[in-house]
Amino acid sequence: MNINASAADPASRSTRGRPRRAWVRRPSSDALLGLLGVVCALGLWELLTRTGILPRDYVPAATSIIGELVDLLPSGEFWRAVGATLLGAVVGLALASVVGIAVGMAAGSSEIVWRSLRPTVEFLRPVPAVALVPASALMFGQSVRSDVFLVAFGTVFIMFVQTMYGVREVDRVAVDTGRSYHLTRVQRVRWIILPSTMPHIVTGLQISGSVALIVAVTAELVIGNEGLGHSIALAQSAGQLTSMYALIAASGLLGVAVFVGLGRLERHFVAWHQSQRRGA
Amino acid sequence: MTMARSRWVLAACEVGVTALVIAGVWLYTANTTSYVLTPLPDIVTAFRETWLFGAFTSDFVPSMIRLVLGYALSVVVGVALGFALGSFRTVRVATQPVVTFVRSIPAAALVPLAIVLFGIGTSMKVFLIAFVCAWPIVLNTAAALAELDATVAATARSYGISGLDRVRFVVLPAASPRIFAGMRTSISLAVLLLVTSEMFASTNGVGYWIIQAQQSFDVSEMWGGILLLGILGYVLNWTFGLVERRVLRWHDGLHRLR
Repeated sequence: MNINASAADPASRSTRGRPRRAWVRRPSSDALLGLLGVVCALGLWELLTRTGILPRDYVPAATSIIGELVDLLPSGEFWRAVGATLLGAVVGLALASVVGIAVGMAAGSSEIVWRSLRPTVEFLRPVPAVALVPASALMFGQSVRSDVFLVAFGTVFIMFVQTMYGVREVDRVAVDTGRSYHLTRVQRVRWIILPSTMPHIVTGLQISGSVALIVAVTAELVIGNEGLGHSIALAQSAGQLTSMYALIAASGLLGVAVFVGLGRLERHFVAWHQSQRRGA
Repeated sequence: MTMARSRWVLAACEVGVTALVIAGVWLYTANTTSYVLTPLPDIVTAFRETWLFGAFTSDFVPSMIRLVLGYALSVVVGVALGFALGSFRTVRVATQPVVTFVRSIPAAALVPLAIVLFGIGTSMKVFLIAFVCAWPIVLNTAAALAELDATVAATARSYGISGLDRVRFVVLPAASPRIFAGMRTSISLAVLLLVTSEMFASTNGVGYWIIQAQQSFDVSEMWGGILLLGILGYVLNWTFGLVERRVLRWHDGLHRLR
């Protein structure tokens, strides 16, 4: 009973490895309740702005924001901004993944590599990516390369640490078995270490996905390179508040899409893992 | 014997490679013609002159006040809201889509919104930090309450522990590890929002100071400010770990007993 209640819980969905049975058992009532929540929230917003309890000058009505959002959809400018943000986030995250996973593998399997890197990593890891925004502006200017650099810096340590912990938790017996069957080092990495580490890597990607989006929007906001962050700042400084709210809502939807998409990825890649098996 | 030797080898690697990295950066920045990378000693000098004397009270202190106020508010609101969501399954399910949407908005996108609502002063930054940082705490608290151990809950019920006593002695201790996990996520978000909002719209603060230095091409000063933020991130992380270990000491002990 208790387990079912929490499995349906949005908050616990980020914790890996619990079969989401309650979603299967009564999807319709939960979905209806969620829909009711959305309608109530929008209705309340509409009511508060229409009656003037929230100042109309600062907070447009919900219906006008939705209308503006619908108007944005056919606009090429809007999609260029979305594309620029996504491009920066994806390329930066891809770079960070390649470097983070490769170095994380090395550090996870060799104590000497980890100890050699430790002071440098432990010093750089807590540095907020946003601190490097001005430096990136000087180095790369108002281009998507600023996004890429900052996103890569902001996510590489997450990928590194996740991979390293994953490699450390690889079953020693499996590795030794592979060795006694004369698998080469490359084969051991391909068939034993990489699959065992995959759940950790995918979790790292999930955390990094939202971080990448935040960092990209931050860079656009401050540096002014093309992207959603820059569009929002432009709308605000031009006093087009309805458009600003609509763009913020669009960035929220993009965030949901990234979150859901990476969740799918997790299920796809680690479906074989025991934490994902039903009734395991 | 071999154990002792390998420990020495590891320590030598740790010190040696790090020294090499620092030396490499030093040499590279001393000889490069790039105007973005300035020599390391210049950065250290700029850092010392700015943050130990000049801008400490005018920029560093206001930033810290904003950070502390916003973060404290987010913890209070986050735990309270988390209790409300965690205690009633219906409320939790009904609010799920709205909460998922709001917390998926990339935090920095809310900076212009906060400016519209609160201007560019301290209240804008405090609101922004509190609003964004509350969500990880809300979600973790709610999840912890929903997952409250069935045996613990039943035991509390049969002993007739209810109301505030139940919150104080049963629920809060059980939820505290997850509340801390949420607070840890929030602290890096708080720094991000503080610096972003100060870079974007402010009249003082560390972020403002760094962006001013960048825009006047005072590169050493800029790197000095970045160094300060690096140290700040490090110190916050370290302090948080210390507090967490102290508050959750009983929790670790419990695990060791099992």
